[in-house]
Amino acid sequence: MATTELLFDLTPGEEQQMTREVVQRFAREEMAAVARAADEAGALPEGFLLKTVDLGLNFMPIPEALGGVGAGRSPVSNVLNMEDLARGDMSMAIAALAPLSVINCVMDFGTPAQQEQVSQVLASAEFSPAALALMEPGIGFDARCLQTTAALQGDGSYLLNGAKSMVAFGPEAKILVVFADTEAGATQGFVLDGETAGLSFEKEDYMGLRPLPLYSMVLENTVVPASARLRDDFDISRFLSLGKMATAALAVGTCQSVLDYVVPYVNERTAFGEPISNRQAVAFMVADMATEIEGMRLMAYRAASQAEQGLDFTRIAFLAHRNAVRYGMKIGTDGVQLLGGHGFTREHPVEMWYRNLRALAMLDGMLLA
Amino acid sequence: MINLELPKKIEDTRSLLRRFSRDGLRPLSRKYDLLEQKEMPQELYELSKLLGMGGNRPAAKAEAAAKGENINGGNLSMVVASAELCWGDVGLFLALPSIGLGNAAVSAVATPEQKAEWGDLFAAMAITEPGAGSDSAAIRTTAVLDGDDYVLNGTKIFVTDGYRSKQVVVWASLDLAMGKAAIKSFLVPKGTPGMTVTRVEHKLGIRSSDTAQIVLENCRVPKANLLGNPEIAKTADARKKAFGGVMQTFDNTRPMVAAQAVGLARAALDLTLELLQAKGIELDFAKGYHQMSALENDLYELEAEYETARLLVLKAAWMADNGQPNSKNASMSKAKAGRMGNQVALKCVEICGQLGYSKAHLLEKFARDSKIIDIYEGTQQIQQLIVARQVLGKSSSELK
Repeated sequence: MATTELLFDLTPGEEQQMTREVVQRFAREEMAAVARAADEAGALPEGFLLKTVDLGLNFMPIPEALGGVGAGRSPVSNVLNMEDLARGDMSMAIAALAPLSVINCVMDFGTPAQQEQVSQVLASAEFSPAALALMEPGIGFDARCLQTTAALQGDGSYLLNGAKSMVAFGPEAKILVVFADTEAGATQGFVLDGETAGLSFEKEDYMGLRPLPLYSMVLENTVVPASARLRDDFDISRFLSLGKMATAALAVGTCQSVLDYVVPYVNERTAFGEPISNRQAVAFMVADMATEIEGMRLMAYRAASQAEQGLDFTRIAFLAHRNAVRYGMKIGTDGVQLLGGHGFTREHPVEMWYRNLRALAMLDGMLLA
Repeated sequence: MINLELPKKIEDTRSLLRRFSRDGLRPLSRKYDLLEQKEMPQELYELSKLLGMGGNRPAAKAEAAAKGENINGGNLSMVVASAELCWGDVGLFLALPSIGLGNAAVSAVATPEQKAEWGDLFAAMAITEPGAGSDSAAIRTTAVLDGDDYVLNGTKIFVTDGYRSKQVVVWASLDLAMGKAAIKSFLVPKGTPGMTVTRVEHKLGIRSSDTAQIVLENCRVPKANLLGNPEIAKTADARKKAFGGVMQTFDNTRPMVAAQAVGLARAALDLTLELLQAKGIELDFAKGYHQMSALENDLYELEAEYETARLLVLKAAWMADNGQPNSKNASMSKAKAGRMGNQVALKCVEICGQLGYSKAHLLEKFARDSKIIDIYEGTQQIQQLIVARQVLGKSSSELK
């Protein structure tokens, strides 16, 4: 595709538009409506994951020969779906999208055998849990210098050692892609199945994302065959950038739900005889919220469209992510502020969004657009 | 199909304008900043004829937009062009005759005969008065019909290019009792008896662009110089609509003014990065939060703000090209870009320390120039008000 001939355009394609309508309705009915209950329970709603299978998102990037739709890799479609699902609920969106992220990763960087493996397990009528495992415990995580190591053995297999954190589904995962640094200093991914020996998991407890099952994982002399290693041309920079735009998309959707909630609230809540939204101190917070969401959205879309067109998207993905972390949290805290004391109670969802939006800063490598 | 890159045609014009900015405007930047309008940048006037810009949507494109085709038209081209020229110099950009803020208002309604009579357009826009700034409906300048002429009386301030422009588009009321609906605009050629430039402002920035005070004292212009419909709307609803029409001009011009901040911010960042590079500091856009220095952290933030504002401007212009109501987005782009341009330019001075503050470089000038973009064509706060009203569904009497 000669990218230079394309016009500037913000209209989603017809297929994308149709998918959006379905996903948005799903987010309203199956997610937003039960998000608070799931947060309180600290667990995904019964049967929720199975319902996400009907959206068919996992099938899109998988070639027809492997049982998919063969729509190709579309970071733009992914970003739109991530935004729309996050508008329902961020925790549930991440859970639903974690297997798709594994598929995207393996379609981009996996061997043909790995692509067949993930297609078999994840393109299914059942929901199969799967996750990417990049994050490591502690302060000062550096994706370019992982503490988890992969040592090449004499027989061609690898010995993995280290610790991971925020691994979705943990022991339930049918497939985990674990990232480690090799002795040569390069970062590599390894496709592990749920049966791999030498893994131990422990459930983690966070201030937000409470319905999402997150685990720490210790790898102790975990032996994986050479065939588990992603292709030699695995590109950690591209991987991280696709992850950054996914985080940005989650921020857009979640922040949009904050705005959607505070607008009617400030219009109905009266103080000193009139709606509080008649006052600029309140109204300007709402205006800035709307402006920054629009900006975050355009940044996420631009990063995705650059990726889709094969352009270098490192810079915009980085900036989109930064912006999302900064303004995502600002909108989270302003959402609570606008509701005053009521916003601090668990009667309203704004405190939940406040807790969830803080996670944007540490979602590196959890989802992949 | 979602694509946020510029099409080749606009991108080509952009690189051309970048060269014009670099080789034509930059060498004059400091000179005319220091001269403060004691001399006008004559060397620019010939050059600017080459630019030949205009923000109007050609009929063919408007038709295509109505059919639902995606258009990249005059508005998108104009915001990109404005940003590029302001990368060169905002003050000199404003001094370009083709930029006259009143040009679009005139060419939209003037008959071919009038266009021939008035000649090359370099029309300033005179709206603000000593007692009415952001509240443009409160202007006190009057226009009274006397025979075949309108007689104008009043005082206008902060008229960009008011001194050197060839025409002035004056906002005046046909009947002060009728409020907004009676406000009309009039083309007054320079030299018309009764119109005098009484003062030129000394400003914080954009010093190469003149900002004038104009007094109208029994200034007579032919009836036909009233731009647009001379009737005062009869019903309250029609009156509201009529002023709405006047305000709608801002939906097109606000993204263009916002684009000035985009160009200026890029200029400040480019110069800062250049100065830092000499010290061995370069941005690599891959660092983790825990690995970056405070300086890098600032720079990444400025780049993020810049890119965000730029996209908001492109979107507002794109919506205008495609006939989509863009009032909210136009104000979003102006609020964000105005704030961003000022923030970026000031921070760049801080980052470069003594060198940034010194007149040895242009960073201090960018910082001075940037403030006005957050003010004219509607202050940041006016833009917030407009966005808030739209998001909250409020009228201007509910949310004041």
